[in-house]
Amino acid sequence: MLKKDLGLFLLIVVVGAVVAFLNPRFISPINLENTANLVGLFGLFSIGEGFVIITGGIDLSIGSQFALFGVVFVDLLVNYHLPWILAVLIIIGFGVILGWVHGFLVTRMNLQPFVVTLCGLLIYRGVARWYTDDGTAGFEFGQSFPALEWITTGRTYGIPHTFVIFLIVAAIMGVLLHRSVFGRYLFAIGKNEEAARFSGIATKKIIVAAYVICGALAGVSSIFLTMYTRSISPASHGNFFELYGIAAAVLGGCSLRGGEGSILGIVLGAILLQVLQNLVNLLGIPSSLNFAVMGTVILIGVLADQQLVRLRQGRADRVKESLRAAAPAAR
Amino acid sequence: MADPLLRLIDISKSYPGVRALSRVGLTVNRGEVLALIGENGAGKSTLMKILGGVVKPDQGAIEIEGAAHDSLTVSESLSCGIAFVHQELNLFDNLDVGANVLIGREPLSAGPLKLVDRKTTKRIVAPLLKRLDVDFEVDDLVSDLSLAQRQLLEIAKALSLNARVVIMDEPTSSLTSTETDRLMRVIGELKADGVSIIFITHRLNEVETCADRVVVLRDGSVVGELAREQIHRDAMIRLMIGRDLKSLYIPPKSPPGANVLEVAGLRTVSHPAHATSLSLRAGEILGMAGLIGAGRTELARALFGIDPILGGEIRLNGAPVAIRSAKDAIALGIYLAPEDRKRSGLVLEDSVSENISLPDLLSFARYFLVDSGAERKNAERQRQSLNIKTADVETVVRTLSGGNQQKVVLAKWLSMKPKVMIFDEPTRGIDVGSKSEIYSLMRGLADAGVAILMISSDMEEVIGVSDRIVVMQEGAISGTLNRDQFSEENVMRLAVARGAEQSAA
Repeated sequence: MLKKDLGLFLLIVVVGAVVAFLNPRFISPINLENTANLVGLFGLFSIGEGFVIITGGIDLSIGSQFALFGVVFVDLLVNYHLPWILAVLIIIGFGVILGWVHGFLVTRMNLQPFVVTLCGLLIYRGVARWYTDDGTAGFEFGQSFPALEWITTGRTYGIPHTFVIFLIVAAIMGVLLHRSVFGRYLFAIGKNEEAARFSGIATKKIIVAAYVICGALAGVSSIFLTMYTRSISPASHGNFFELYGIAAAVLGGCSLRGGEGSILGIVLGAILLQVLQNLVNLLGIPSSLNFAVMGTVILIGVLADQQLVRLRQGRADRVKESLRAAAPAAR
Repeated sequence: MADPLLRLIDISKSYPGVRALSRVGLTVNRGEVLALIGENGAGKSTLMKILGGVVKPDQGAIEIEGAAHDSLTVSESLSCGIAFVHQELNLFDNLDVGANVLIGREPLSAGPLKLVDRKTTKRIVAPLLKRLDVDFEVDDLVSDLSLAQRQLLEIAKALSLNARVVIMDEPTSSLTSTETDRLMRVIGELKADGVSIIFITHRLNEVETCADRVVVLRDGSVVGELAREQIHRDAMIRLMIGRDLKSLYIPPKSPPGANVLEVAGLRTVSHPAHATSLSLRAGEILGMAGLIGAGRTELARALFGIDPILGGEIRLNGAPVAIRSAKDAIALGIYLAPEDRKRSGLVLEDSVSENISLPDLLSFARYFLVDSGAERKNAERQRQSLNIKTADVETVVRTLSGGNQQKVVLAKWLSMKPKVMIFDEPTRGIDVGSKSEIYSLMRGLADAGVAILMISSDMEEVIGVSDRIVVMQEGAISGTLNRDQFSEENVMRLAVARGAEQSAA
């Protein structure tokens, strides 16, 4: 796992160095700050996606959740004049509920995660558009929430708070995933759900918890995104964002088969994705190629990783073979 | 009658550590029903796999109508007219009957478009179904057919290949008595048409009904042959058993204590109509014998909360308990070392230490954070006490040998306090050295007061290790044996089904 993360880190450094060499603006403070802000925005929900992917599931509905949470959040602040703290808690609670529903449908109704969250993708987007009559939801002129804005879009010593909060969340989730009993259960379930069940683990509850974490982080992210864009057109807000989350998780070493992945990897994956976006802008590559560049890099990355694993596996098998040959026959 | 169609000459086959077949000779005559019987693991399936071209023999020859082969491939076997009706049926549930019969040989139409010609399919398949007198149609979906109908479909498929030898591997194990009767009738008709049948079964009364000749295998060798008039239940049992059993028995330090686990009228998913009752005492090893498919594993799964319990009661130390999940069973101190340790017992990609701590992880944690130091220390202790051969406890379990993997499964439970320990095939695929280590571990546990239920299909193990044996047959206990009654013959008698009418009841 560590080797994988190190490889990814080196890739980021190399790509960064090349871009900086070709266009020194890459390492200008303003560019780094903006990139860090985007890393924070996209990284937050990538971590949640990672939890679900480690169980062997997937969440395709995150982007639509952003549209739905966004319009509701704006509505709560603008039309219902709720204190912003309350509105934030409601949105996170909303995310928790949707995550729980996904988990319930996956574990108790035995539906495939892909199907459940694909339906979520369609439903939440549709409801969001209906909620505003397909109109744009935004804050009224002159309306401001200084504390909320400071937390979500502010900067300290130039470091965007999105990035800071992303790192804090990543640290907490890292401890949860890699040090806690829950995290250990999650990996065991991802690798072999049956053996986990035979060890007395309440596998369904653990899987539901992963979806709940994903939903809660989607709720948190949606608030940052809303405050970042300040207006939400529900037909397009957050479109495809779930794919960024999946891409970051996969780049970071999560296997869609489940049981593999690390928070550090996901953090690095999220960073690499934003560096790539940035690269497209700075190197004068037509921005329409944005997705194509991303797709190519992920493909090459996963391919390279697969080959490395096979090499290592082959070596391990040969070692085992020679050990067996050396040991006296059992009978 | 003696018109040999097929001869297997001096066939031997070894797997690592096991000699599955040694110099087996077998002749099949035209138009005869040959029954092949023997205990679990006697080599019947291996022999038939060689005939079907799935397994290559190490030595020997296969002679079909005078033409000798060293070995067969699957397609050679098919073109020689050998058809296999598998124990696990090889059918495509999602396709219809006609498509299944002609799979890979579909009649085509519309030239380059290569569409499947449904009319021709029907024309080819319908007469086959008629010949077998079945009650389903060419365009019925296989998923709608009963097990018996599927079996007949497999036979139709065999006939469509112009089979001259049809191998049936326990075709009646899941059939009701009427369905079995019909199958017997079909066998008779095939025989009248000159088709030879090799019939593998554990149900001796069926052998009495339909076989022209019986060949008995034991430990990979042919130990006897009975002609039509010699076929009697007792004669067959006498030939199947009679193996030289090594003594593995380690006597208990003290006589068994009170009943720890009592099962009364328990019904499980495998045989919902039959109820199991048994009791298990502290400090004893209760062996559970029976043929494959008798419902022993399902009983273990039900006791451990994996499968739902359909009825009956489980009492632990006299008090009724409700077991709805493995978590419940574990909380009560009932642990299972499952049959398929790679699938159910271990997370193969995890380390030895992570596997050992998995069921009891909370006790290695503070504030829900795993204390990997304590975890490793416990794993290290288990490694030494169970003599698990691994470089260190951080090693990934996948790389260990079967015996050491099984010890890791045991280590998972032994660091907790077992009251009842269920072993399902504890030494399957394990080398001799680790086997005896596991036996002495089991005895050690029993001497410490644990009640042990050991499910085993290995006669040597059941007779050699147990203090008492219960035999299971078609979902119910057919008898209990005390040590002075232990013999292969007694176990076999209780294990083989008396008849299909019993299973249909």
